[in-house]
Amino acid sequence: MTPAMTPARRLMVLKPSAMIGLFLVAGWLLVAALAPWLAPFDPLTSLTPLASPGTHAPGGGIFWLGTDLLGRDILSRVIYGARPVVGLSVLATSTAYLVGVSAGLAAGYFRGATDAILSFLASVVLSFPVLVLYIVVIVALGASYANVVLAVTFGSAPAIFRIVRAIALDIAGRDYVAASQAQGERAHRILIQDILPNAAPPLLVDFCLRIGYSAITIGALGFLGLGLPPPTPDWGGMVAEGRAMALAFPHLVIFPCLAISSLVVGLSLLADGLNAEGRRG
Amino acid sequence: MAEPILRVEHLSIALPAGGDRAHAVEDVSLTVHRGEIVCVVGESGSGKSMLAGAVMGAIPGDLARTAGRIRLGEIDLTALSEPELRQIRGNRVAMIPQEPMAALNPVVRVGRQIEEVFALHTKLSAQERSIRALGLLADMHLSDPERIARSYPSQLSGGQCQRVVIAMALAMEPDLLIADEPTTALDVTTQAQILKLIRDLRETHGHGILFITHDVGVVAEIADRVLVMRRGQLVEAGEARQVLTAPTHPYTRELMAAAPSMTPPPHRPVVGEHALVARGLTKIYGARQALGGVDLEIRRGETLAVVGESGSGKSTLARILVRVIAASAGEARVAGVDMLALKGDALREARCAVQMVFQDPFGSLNPRRRVGDMIVRAGVLAGAKPAEARARAEELLELVGLSKAAFHRRPAAFSGGQRQRIGIARALAANPDLLIADESVSALDVSVQAQILDLLRDLQDRLGLAILFITHDLRVAAQMGHRIAVMQHGVVVETGPAAEVLTRPAHPYTQALLAAAPGRELGTATVVG
Repeated sequence: MTPAMTPARRLMVLKPSAMIGLFLVAGWLLVAALAPWLAPFDPLTSLTPLASPGTHAPGGGIFWLGTDLLGRDILSRVIYGARPVVGLSVLATSTAYLVGVSAGLAAGYFRGATDAILSFLASVVLSFPVLVLYIVVIVALGASYANVVLAVTFGSAPAIFRIVRAIALDIAGRDYVAASQAQGERAHRILIQDILPNAAPPLLVDFCLRIGYSAITIGALGFLGLGLPPPTPDWGGMVAEGRAMALAFPHLVIFPCLAISSLVVGLSLLADGLNAEGRRG
Repeated sequence: MAEPILRVEHLSIALPAGGDRAHAVEDVSLTVHRGEIVCVVGESGSGKSMLAGAVMGAIPGDLARTAGRIRLGEIDLTALSEPELRQIRGNRVAMIPQEPMAALNPVVRVGRQIEEVFALHTKLSAQERSIRALGLLADMHLSDPERIARSYPSQLSGGQCQRVVIAMALAMEPDLLIADEPTTALDVTTQAQILKLIRDLRETHGHGILFITHDVGVVAEIADRVLVMRRGQLVEAGEARQVLTAPTHPYTRELMAAAPSMTPPPHRPVVGEHALVARGLTKIYGARQALGGVDLEIRRGETLAVVGESGSGKSTLARILVRVIAASAGEARVAGVDMLALKGDALREARCAVQMVFQDPFGSLNPRRRVGDMIVRAGVLAGAKPAEARARAEELLELVGLSKAAFHRRPAAFSGGQRQRIGIARALAANPDLLIADESVSALDVSVQAQILDLLRDLQDRLGLAILFITHDLRVAAQMGHRIAVMQHGVVVETGPAAEVLTRPAHPYTQALLAAAPGRELGTATVVG
């Protein structure tokens, strides 16, 4: 790596598949941010029930993706639905990372009893199927934004802990860590200045992938009716509502499904590209 | 003269545009005859390994041969396709790699791995293969070949693994053997045995050997003819004795002069107060005793060189003294304070008294931090105010021979030798009473090594540092140590003034180490020249 290669410059030279990923992810971020200006209709207003894609709306305008059972414009709902999915998946993944990274660094660096206790807790959580965990948390605490974040954090922090612990164990054995110890550096500074920055490249890749998993999870929770309370537009919820009539009116479920997959595929491609870039540099 | 086996004619290999030079190998010609050992010697980046790779038909993907021919007997290797080359590799040309452990599959018994060579190139039956494999192991002077054949690589020593790898290379009776730094990863006593084996095999099998090394001492032990490479070009070629004793090219002379001599320079005895008094240092891992009661004293302004092979406990000793690992027993008084008895805040404040310069120039600096920040931080931790520490860091960079511009760069911008200078500056920023250098010059080329040793000696004179200098290399110990301590199996077997230990070794192990040091005659020759 030459010193002139800033992170921004490195993104510019990503391979084509990663550029597609970046384009998809950035696209959804923009859509979420600009939803009120992009959506042609109000996502909660009933207009014409079960209109096919391309139908003209009574008050002017076109239902590009058709309308749902209650006559709400699907394009507008997909656009507004990007907000909770993108926002919550980023937020939930970040909190999961905060927990997983702190615990993983501590376990990998201090080892001994700290590691034994944290690793045991992680194993306990990991021994349950993740979806069951989510359902237990949401059912116990109720469906809300905060509880979705809590459930995802609880479910994914142990896996992040495992990765970070393994990387920290490796880096803690490097000579530059020994040098800092020999100088009398305090443990928390060694963790932040020596171990974390050198653990970052693989974690960045995992972070990208995991946002995708969180998006799927939030979709799945919505589908199970455990996500956000209706009538908030949310992609998983839209699939659930349209499921019964999907054979007759496929547009009810196809577009929210495409929305979820394009976001997740975009994140995967981007993560792949970052990974390849990390190994090259 | 015997028939030529390998003829390389005007070989050039281009480097990708934008490198520090246009060619990795430039217009190199050489010949290896049957029964002859030709040494290619050069420092890192000289193109010697690329040359060896080219003969094996293995040039890294983004490089290309731009000119020249490589002939093996009557075959033009450069005209062959990849499948044809595969027939030749391992069959008529074989390679002994640098890291024997890495060349062996860790989950397959070594006997099986040798048999696979026969399976690949011959139609021998399974029983014949097994008999031939055992025969080869016996040829390698391995006692109890049956047991070795049944072992996994991890159950063998480095020297045994290297013998197994050599057996695999010789399996098909190749015309040409390429040895790329085959003893660099081995201890000196093992190295001496492997060099002897390679010489003996040349007598009995009569193949030609192209031997790549950076070590002039090894050249003196093994070469019939020597080729000296520098920056991709052949700068000198000739009979070994002539090149070693009367080199004509200035670079060859430089290379010979940089190889440290076995004769220690004259020292005045150091009489200052003690910087370190260690008693009964012991480290036990489970059932294994890594360090068994080591006593040491070092005075201010004195260097104690600790010599030993891998596993002798010398690095454990260093790490205990900087308190990176905990001792099982013993005390180490630095300026009167027992460092090993301190805990918590008291330990953190006292730690700056003992600092270390590490072996690996690439692993000992955090790649994400700026050089200046590291050195300033070390000063601050030793009690300096930030502004003082900053001024001192700039002074230190100058003191170790780096420019002020280094302050804002990250380690990736520096060479191995420069990184060791940074490591030294970082250690000195803490104002230590005792500086520990753990194989600090082992990863460096000889010319760079000489500069770092000079720097350490100079710093010692100026600052009155006590230095514990740990090395596996007797020559380096001879140059650095006022006194030498020899370690084996976790204990100090002999200690005394450098000249005495090197000329009148009392312990049999010291005598064995001295006998195994490659190119002893060479050392005395360079002192005279």
